[in-house]
Amino acid sequence: MLKFLKLTATICIMSVPIYADTASLGRLATSAEVNAWNIDVRPDGLGLPVGSGSVAEGEEIFVEKCAACHGDFGEAVDRWPVLAGGQGTLTDDRPVKTVGSYWPYLSTVYDYVYRAMPFGNAQSLSPDEVYALVAYILYVNDTVDDEAFILSNNNFLDMPQENSEGFFMDDRATVEYPIFTRNVCMNNCKKTAEIILRAAVIDVTPEETAAKVIEAKTKSEIEINLDDELIEEPIIEVLNQELVTAGTKIFKKCKACHKVGEKAKNGTGPSLNGIYLADGAQVEKYKYSKALRSASESGLVWDDLTLRAFLTKPKKFLKGTKMSFSGLKKEKDLDAIIEFLKLYSQ
Amino acid sequence: MSNKTSRRRFLKTGIVAGTGLAASNAVAEGDPLITQKQPWNQDLGSGVDERPYGMPSAFEVDVKRRSVPWLTADPVSSINFTPLHELDGIITPNGLCFERHHGGVAEYDPASHRLMINGLVDKELVFTMEDIMRFPRENRTYFLECAANSGMEWRGSQLNGCQFTHGMIHNVMYTGVPLRLLLEEAGIKSNGKWLLAEGADASGMTRSIPMEKALDDCLVAFKMNGESLRPEQGYPLRLVVPGWEGNMWVKWLRRIEVGDQPWHHREETSKYTDLLKDGKARRFTWVMDAKSVITNPSPQAPILHSKGPTILSGVAWSGRGTIPRVDVTIDGGKNWNTARMSGPSFDKSMHRFYYEFNWNGSDLLVQSRAHDSTGYVQPTKDELRFIRGKNSIYHNNGIQTWHINTKGVAENVEIS
Repeated sequence: MLKFLKLTATICIMSVPIYADTASLGRLATSAEVNAWNIDVRPDGLGLPVGSGSVAEGEEIFVEKCAACHGDFGEAVDRWPVLAGGQGTLTDDRPVKTVGSYWPYLSTVYDYVYRAMPFGNAQSLSPDEVYALVAYILYVNDTVDDEAFILSNNNFLDMPQENSEGFFMDDRATVEYPIFTRNVCMNNCKKTAEIILRAAVIDVTPEETAAKVIEAKTKSEIEINLDDELIEEPIIEVLNQELVTAGTKIFKKCKACHKVGEKAKNGTGPSLNGIYLADGAQVEKYKYSKALRSASESGLVWDDLTLRAFLTKPKKFLKGTKMSFSGLKKEKDLDAIIEFLKLYSQ
Repeated sequence: MSNKTSRRRFLKTGIVAGTGLAASNAVAEGDPLITQKQPWNQDLGSGVDERPYGMPSAFEVDVKRRSVPWLTADPVSSINFTPLHELDGIITPNGLCFERHHGGVAEYDPASHRLMINGLVDKELVFTMEDIMRFPRENRTYFLECAANSGMEWRGSQLNGCQFTHGMIHNVMYTGVPLRLLLEEAGIKSNGKWLLAEGADASGMTRSIPMEKALDDCLVAFKMNGESLRPEQGYPLRLVVPGWEGNMWVKWLRRIEVGDQPWHHREETSKYTDLLKDGKARRFTWVMDAKSVITNPSPQAPILHSKGPTILSGVAWSGRGTIPRVDVTIDGGKNWNTARMSGPSFDKSMHRFYYEFNWNGSDLLVQSRAHDSTGYVQPTKDELRFIRGKNSIYHNNGIQTWHINTKGVAENVEIS
């Protein structure tokens, strides 16, 4: 017992010097720690890592990891950000603000892609991949026109951004503040006040009827755990663990829109729990495309065959699907993702 | 996945609570709620610990944050709105504070949280939450308003409800350590003029902040309204940048870098910049100008009674100071009345105002106009659009108009 206590004491004393330093609170950061987190990049190039990537390499990565949301050429899907085009539209009635037309500094693109993209798998790209992606974004914005063009830390600062002079420091303090610091009229300030615009005409407010509210107030939701005997035995299948592991990686392509697991909710796409051997449009409360709903009504079930066909080329298998995904080309990727989905369907 | 879980099936069922007692023949004798005994007068209620963390009454279920699904591509990078029309006083309850995430809510053990200070400092430091709790702390109440609050209203009346037009705001008492104290611990080098604040979530949120502001009134906060920050508000640690646009209040704050110039990152170039009519854009539009809104009546909170004594209520705030005065009109700005301020008046905090009047049952066009402690008066939307043009969207602090019809129904309108 005594020996044990002594040993513990020694460990404690030994561990102190690692964290002790001149600071009274906190401790000195190690250089490895600072390097791990200090990933930001500035317009003057501070923080740009050594690396390079070509337009052609960038296109390949973009199609695989970015196009599902941003479109193959940066034109964007649904309400995801548009990355390309819009040059010369900033004074238009509906300006198109993109990397090419609006962003003043290219360093911002590098910094943001490296820290936050792909959506759902942040900080998974290498510096070379990020240089390649930024090169591709320059290409779709017509800043460079050669697919062989290579962007690197050496030529990064030479790349022009069309709107680099388009910003100025907030001037409200001199332009607006003096005008609005004023005495006000209290009586007989104007002769007429007529309605010229109504929100009800536009009608874009989310609906929540009073009836719904009353219903929610008088009802309570109760969970009933049915006896096991009343429930069909679920399908138990021995899964290939290797494929499941590979599928976990491939699922990263899907994660921005689809969730699996206990807390999975619908996002841009439906939750995929229980998808295997389920009806085409299986998730209640998810608004499927018309195409998928009618396929489901005609008996579409997600089995090996249908999942494989759909995931190879979604838009070909199901014309009118909402899923903006270019598809998986490799057989082993298809095997893996299907095995992975089976795991969440047991 | 456990087999047991897969064998369970959850069913939802509605059980009508037996409360409504139809007793029309009793009306003559008086209100049955008074003349007849009610269940709650006789039956015992639930005991202590029934709800170890207390929740609102079941009759308050519609008091909640709401989103506008068409606004954003995905709920993970999206926004919802504070139900201002359901609240009174100046404090926003924690569960009703609007949410804005760029990469979802990061949820992790505070024991795993680290705050690093690096860059142009004498000592690059790492703090644990325990370390941060050992610095002297302060309690201050501030509003946090998203730069995009009322942005959907910039081109014209669009959403019917002050929750949607003005609900990207909350007002909370923070407990935290002055950022100045942490920076002093690290020692700022003489050329350290800017900070980069960075979050630990999947968006790795970053914003540049001038050193002058950081040393003035910024806090590194760990409590809101007395309890730990809610996960959706950056638990366990967030930056508080009083009076400045909400995006700068970096949640899950993990790093402060000191530099000699700003970083011009995505949220201060591509987003949260104000594109003016000549095609040039204002950047670093940090201060939130004085603003107010009438919360009741409003489209989600119509007048339900007939003519007679009527309460008009609302909130006002300014990123430059306090709100000593709010004017209200019920005739579309022909005549104005000075509202009655009520409740504490804190610097860069929400203020509550009331105007009590006798409604004659006719149509009303109601507006409020805030005056801040520096003399700035909330402008009209037309005045702002005249200066900024159609495309600036962010930082819309223009006067809001509700039309109230003879039935008490309210609508979001713009008037001449």
